[in-house]
Amino acid sequence: MEINLLDPFWLAVIGTSLFAFILKCLGHSVPKRWLSHPRILKINSLIPIALLSALVAVQSFTKDSRLIADQRMAGVGVAIVSLILRAPFPVVVLSAAATSAALFHIQ
Amino acid sequence: MSRVNRATAAQSLSVSLTVGAYGIAFGAASVAAGFSVLQSCLLSLLTFTGASQFAVVGVLGAGGSALSGIATASLLGVRNTLYGLRMAPVLNVKGLRRIFAAHITIDESTGVALSQEHLGVKEARQGFWLTGIGVFIFWNIFTLAGALGAQAMGNPAAWGLDAAVPAAFLGLLWPRLISKTDRALAVAACALALAMTPYFVPGVPIISTALLAVFFGLRASLWR
Repeated sequence: MEINLLDPFWLAVIGTSLFAFILKCLGHSVPKRWLSHPRILKINSLIPIALLSALVAVQSFTKDSRLIADQRMAGVGVAIVSLILRAPFPVVVLSAAATSAALFHIQ
Repeated sequence: MSRVNRATAAQSLSVSLTVGAYGIAFGAASVAAGFSVLQSCLLSLLTFTGASQFAVVGVLGAGGSALSGIATASLLGVRNTLYGLRMAPVLNVKGLRRIFAAHITIDESTGVALSQEHLGVKEARQGFWLTGIGVFIFWNIFTLAGALGAQAMGNPAAWGLDAAVPAAFLGLLWPRLISKTDRALAVAACALALAMTPYFVPGVPIISTALLAVFFGLRASLWR
């Protein structure tokens, strides 16, 4: 088997993988002492909270760079209710999936 | 070897299965976009960050160039750098282990690690490794299944997976939103990312919210 590096699909596979790995390694390569200042520590602890919150919003309310409300909104709404009721994690996920799937099939 | 915390293992498995199952959708989307089964599986093995993978097959499937596909995917991968900054001091590993830790530094492993941190550093580490490895296994198996033609199962919406994945991240995040600052930041990040989505290329809205974290972090430390 040969891999034609000029083929756009192979180029995309190799380039995407290479950059993804470099980006992941960068974060792990920053010297520890750079991160030990209290203010940096505080910011560093908040960054994943911001990113994951944004991720939830984008996954729930957007499609192809458009804002939309569909069955996912109901699913995530049920997840929020389960979280407020202190339901265990699998219940949170499954109740969201069941709600969203039910609405999807009714439509 | 220390005992694995039961709750941590359960959470890791739940997340791994939920997100891993989404691999079917990726495999199907990748083949539909013109990638071969081998190329689709290599993307899951080597790129191993779902959002970037969907982005690159989306761009090429729509007739875009390899370069723009790589660029879009890489923008989405920047957040893994920020996760690495957060996880490296927690994991505290060197050599080959550090390289492997970097490869599995993704939304899911970071999310579970954060959600277990209140139990202790040991549990946070276990959450990271179990989830990273768990997602890696399931994501790759399901990618192959999707690429081989599980088209009937290819639409994640039919299974509610499109809501299950954000619900899972929300479930990981929820117990972490302890202080007023955390909650305000979470709400602000949701609002900013949504407001930016129609006007910016994918990836930018989410990483931009890191600036909010900087702002909230500085404000919190100045007020104290």
